[in-house]
Amino acid sequence: MLALGQDEIAKYPFLADAGQYLKDKGFTLEQFGTDPDLKQLIDKAFNRIQVAADGKIYKSDLIGDQVSKEAALPREVFSFLLAIVLLKLSGIHTLIKRFALAEARRAEKFLEKDLATISDESKKQLAIRVINDLFSVQVEKLDDYFVIPISDYLKHSINFHEREWKLINRHVENGRVFLTPHETVRLIRKELGTYINSKIINAKTPTMISGFEDSVNKLVLLSKKFITFTVTTGEYPPCIKHAIEVLEKGENLPHSGRFMLATFLLSKGQSVEQIAPLFKNAPDYNERVTLYQLNHLAGSSGSGTQYSCPSCQKLKTQNLCFATSECDNIINPLQFGKKRK
Amino acid sequence: MQEADTKFLEDSFKKYYFEHFDLIRVPERTSEREFGYQKFNSGMTRHISIKDDKELHLLFMQNIPSDVYCSNAYYSFPNLQMNEKDWKGADLIFDIDAKDLNLSCRKNHTISICNECNDISKNSERCLKCNSTKLEKKSLPCKNCIDSSKREVSKLSEILINDLAIIPKNIHVYFSGNEGFHVYVYDSQFQQIGSRERSELVDYIMFHGTIPETFGMKKFKPNRSSFPDFNEKGWRGKFSKQVFGSKSNRSKIISELLTNGYSSFQKTLVDVSEKIGVKIDPNVTMDIHRIFRLPGSINSKSGLTKIFCRDLSKFDPYNEASFLSDNSVEVFANCPIEFKLKNKKFGPYTNEKITIPTFAAVYMICKKLATIA
Repeated sequence: MLALGQDEIAKYPFLADAGQYLKDKGFTLEQFGTDPDLKQLIDKAFNRIQVAADGKIYKSDLIGDQVSKEAALPREVFSFLLAIVLLKLSGIHTLIKRFALAEARRAEKFLEKDLATISDESKKQLAIRVINDLFSVQVEKLDDYFVIPISDYLKHSINFHEREWKLINRHVENGRVFLTPHETVRLIRKELGTYINSKIINAKTPTMISGFEDSVNKLVLLSKKFITFTVTTGEYPPCIKHAIEVLEKGENLPHSGRFMLATFLLSKGQSVEQIAPLFKNAPDYNERVTLYQLNHLAGSSGSGTQYSCPSCQKLKTQNLCFATSECDNIINPLQFGKKRK
Repeated sequence: MQEADTKFLEDSFKKYYFEHFDLIRVPERTSEREFGYQKFNSGMTRHISIKDDKELHLLFMQNIPSDVYCSNAYYSFPNLQMNEKDWKGADLIFDIDAKDLNLSCRKNHTISICNECNDISKNSERCLKCNSTKLEKKSLPCKNCIDSSKREVSKLSEILINDLAIIPKNIHVYFSGNEGFHVYVYDSQFQQIGSRERSELVDYIMFHGTIPETFGMKKFKPNRSSFPDFNEKGWRGKFSKQVFGSKSNRSKIISELLTNGYSSFQKTLVDVSEKIGVKIDPNVTMDIHRIFRLPGSINSKSGLTKIFCRDLSKFDPYNEASFLSDNSVEVFANCPIEFKLKNKKFGPYTNEKITIPTFAAVYMICKKLATIA
């Protein structure tokens, strides 16, 4: 574990051991519920969650220096720790997820600032170490860039759907990818969110503490607005239509195309017997083999694994994507035609 | 395939495996690999683990397989079912095949075999006899096919070495035994990466998924300053050589690109991709559980051996990958195209009984263009 100063804990509160921190400062959770001076920190914590739920980043007191640092730093950490207590008490996973993501983006800002700093070498080193230790990305400074091995880059970049993150659109040299401080930090955003999320999920849920009830009830109300309904048009996406056309014409559909079509239809609830006839026109059609393979994909034979429909990204690589504007930036053919109401 | 043909191929393959076992390259970390094989007229047997040379030799002699495969992946338990194998890593593999290169020569040496009436004709969309569209295509690759595949291998090696920092001695090139080459990369930083990461490497190597901004063309307020230079490393350098041609042309062409605008630039990128992207089979590289033809084994699509290429530029598969005997054999041949093996020309044959060396007979029988008389 990294040794952290007061300053760092405020910036990266998720790195701290919560119980230990409270103990060191001489507080118990119960005190926050009863002591009128401390109680406003619960409001601050609630506010921190509310901001996150709205998809915004919590504005830290640390930025702008309106209050003295000595007073601000512990309050920052407390509001984070109390927010976790509130979230645990509410038990609402959607809120935990949103909170974790927003906190990740907040930490990202500090990490970026620290990476880019020219004056304070120790700050920069800490930021590099956070990235190294938590996400096993080997970062090295080279001139104005941060360089990381391609393999490390790929492990994280595959989570992005924007094309600018594709390796082909990156400065690659000698087995390494060159990134700006902003990009370096952006690269681990999702994992940072996952890390914070898992820390919260794994934290022990306390029993209800007197003085916390109001805020917890408010969180339950807050979460109501995330309930959405979806409707589907039922139309097939262009890649699936294309695959069916190819087969209908009796032309050869490559193995990867057959895989896509079968897994898509299976996911849509069709049975192996319903799907098999589609392949009848294939130049190398063999009923026995087709049924065997379909059963395998459906998980009803072999290892029992149910194969899922490949992502749009993968289908692009395999030249099976025929995207139209109707695809509307979906990331898997199964999402085609789904509309939020 | 008829029984006499199967028997003949089995005998020829067995003789090869008996006499040339030294050509079989047992991959490093043998016991961590999954092996598989096919017999003539039969399905695939896989999830086999093998300890050493001796066991492998035994497999060949006992089963006389038509094709033998070995995983590029390493497992703790290669003989268990897929989800229990415990995947540990996999060599990077690439498949370059002449059939994927859009070569103009292909139509001259592709044969259509009708699945309905077995009629054989030169490349056509429908069977000339019964009009069926269920055709199986067989190709007898020519020198141009091989030379073009070699060019792709060189392009690939260049990227592997310069961009991905692979040490040249860790790149092994094999003739696939049919129409192309298989490239292996050992001991790289990529051993542990999964399928999605490999798919990103594929797009990088194929020059897929580029955006204009990467090559200097901005959507809003584009300017000259961000276009790539000749001496830049990676794709930007290769892009400028391809698009600008010469240093003196650079300025003029940048002006043209700016005038034509963003969406025209996207079309330029598609054209450039076709020319400078490496044409590998994406599915092979993305697959981290594949069993891939074993080096030194015979490819039953041709009867030629998948063999290591020491010097790619001089390599001639029709001379160096054919190891079967010269003993004469009588066959009925229906092969509308001429081909060359071991410096001898054969064909074309139209439904005739001929006496030819075993290696040529095997080649045609494997291509379904002849049967034992």
